[in-house]
Amino acid sequence: MYPRSFEYVAPSSLDEALAALNDHPGAKVMTGGMSLIPLMKLRLFSPPLVVDIGRVPGLDSIADGNGHIAIGALVRHAATASSDAVASGAAALAQAARLTGDVQVRNRGTTCGALAHADVAADQPAAALALGATMVARSAGGEREIAADDFFVDALTSALEPNEILVEVRVPKAGAGTGSAYDKLGRRGGRSDYAVAGAAAMVTMDGGSVSAARVALTGVGTKPTLATATADALVGTDGSADAIKAAAQHAAEGVTVLEDLYGSVEYKTHLAQVYAARALEAAIAAAG
Amino acid sequence: MQVSMTVNGSEVSGDVEPRTLLVHFIRENLRLTGTHVGCETSYCGACTIHVDGTPVKSCTMLAVQANGANITTVEGLADGDNLHPVQEGFWERHGLQCGFCTPGMIMSASALLAENDNPSEDEIRHGIEGNLCRCTGYHNIVRSIEYAAAKMRGEEPAPPDWTQDFEGATA
Repeated sequence: MYPRSFEYVAPSSLDEALAALNDHPGAKVMTGGMSLIPLMKLRLFSPPLVVDIGRVPGLDSIADGNGHIAIGALVRHAATASSDAVASGAAALAQAARLTGDVQVRNRGTTCGALAHADVAADQPAAALALGATMVARSAGGEREIAADDFFVDALTSALEPNEILVEVRVPKAGAGTGSAYDKLGRRGGRSDYAVAGAAAMVTMDGGSVSAARVALTGVGTKPTLATATADALVGTDGSADAIKAAAQHAAEGVTVLEDLYGSVEYKTHLAQVYAARALEAAIAAAG
Repeated sequence: MQVSMTVNGSEVSGDVEPRTLLVHFIRENLRLTGTHVGCETSYCGACTIHVDGTPVKSCTMLAVQANGANITTVEGLADGDNLHPVQEGFWERHGLQCGFCTPGMIMSASALLAENDNPSEDEIRHGIEGNLCRCTGYHNIVRSIEYAAAKMRGEEPAPPDWTQDFEGATA
C-alpha cells in the first residue's frame, strides 16, 4: 500500500517550515506520521506536499515551567508518558499518553500531533481538554494561543489554520488539592487501541468538598467534549462515591452521542457515565 | 530523493520516492526480507525494526524520514553464528508456528529486554502489545521471552512447564 505521490520537504528551521506551508496551500505538517501516513496509505488523504518538521531543532522538550508544563511539537507519546513532570503536574495527560497506540506507535507519534489530528476517539485530546490546556499555534504571521475548549472543532478538525503549526501545548500544573486522571475502554478490550469511550477528569478539593471539576469525554461523538452537567453536579459535594455516581449519571447530557462500529448510542451513553465516574474517582483520590 | 542510513552496521544509500515506505526500502532495495509486511495499517507489528534503538513500525515510516538513522533489522540481531537470546528463546520454547509475526515479535522483545532484563509476565505481554500473532495464542511467545530474559541475566532458564496456563495457574 503506497500513498499517492507527493512532494516532501524536511526543513531545518521552524521559519522554513512555516514559509513552506504559506507558499503551498494544501501542504500538510508531519511529525511522527502515525496518523498521517496510514491515512495517506489508505488514500483517504493525499496532500501534494508533506512538510516534515521532525528535524526542526528546539521542539522536542518538555519544559516544567512556572504554573504550566510546556510540551513541544516533537515530544513523542513515550516521552509524555514517562515524564515525571507530566505525571506529577498533569497526570491525566501522562495516563492518556501511556494508553495511546502501542509501544511502537508511542515511540514515533507525538502528543501535539495527536492533538492536531483530533481523532474522535483519541486519548490525549480528552486529557488536554479536561486539564484546560492551551495550544500555541505559530504561522509565518506570528503566534496565537488557542484554549483547548475552542481547539477541537469537529471530527479530525482542529482550530488550526492550514498554514499554522501547533508548536507547543501548555498544560496548567496541578496545584495543591488538585488531581486528574484518564481512563477508557479500548476497542480491542481492556485499554488497548482507540477508545470505544473514555473520560478525563480534573478535580480540585478544598476543605473536604469539590471546589472545581472538569470532565472531558472521548469516543462518544465527533470530538472530545466537556461533560459540563457532570462537573456542575459534582461541585459543592463531598466527592464521595455516591456523589460521583450521582454526578456521572449526567455525563452525556448536552452531548451529541453517536453510534459507530463499536457501540450503540445507548451503550456509549452508558460508557460515558461509567468512565466519567472512574476518571473522577481517580482524580479525587489523586487530589488527596 | 537520496537517502543514506546505517542498517545492521553497514552504511547504505539509495534513491527513493518520498512515498517509499521504510519497510519497502529495506526489503526491496536492500533485499533484507526478514522484516515482514503484514497488515500495512500499523496494527500487526510484523514490520517492527529498531530505529536509533527504539522499536517502530517500518510500514508507517517513510524511507526519507529515516535518512541518517541507525537501523537494526532482525538480520542484525545475531552475533555471527550466535543467536540473540530472544532468537534462541523462540527456538527453545516453540515461540512460533507459521513464523510470520516472528521477526517483529523478536524486535519488540529484544527492545523490551534491553531496557528491562527481568520483566514480569504482565510487562512482557504489554511489551508486545503492538505485535499480533494469529497462531500461538502468545503463550509460547511469552515463555520464549522469559527464556531470553533469564539468559540475558546470566541465569539458566528454568525448564519449560508446558502445563502452565497463561494466568500462572497449573492445569
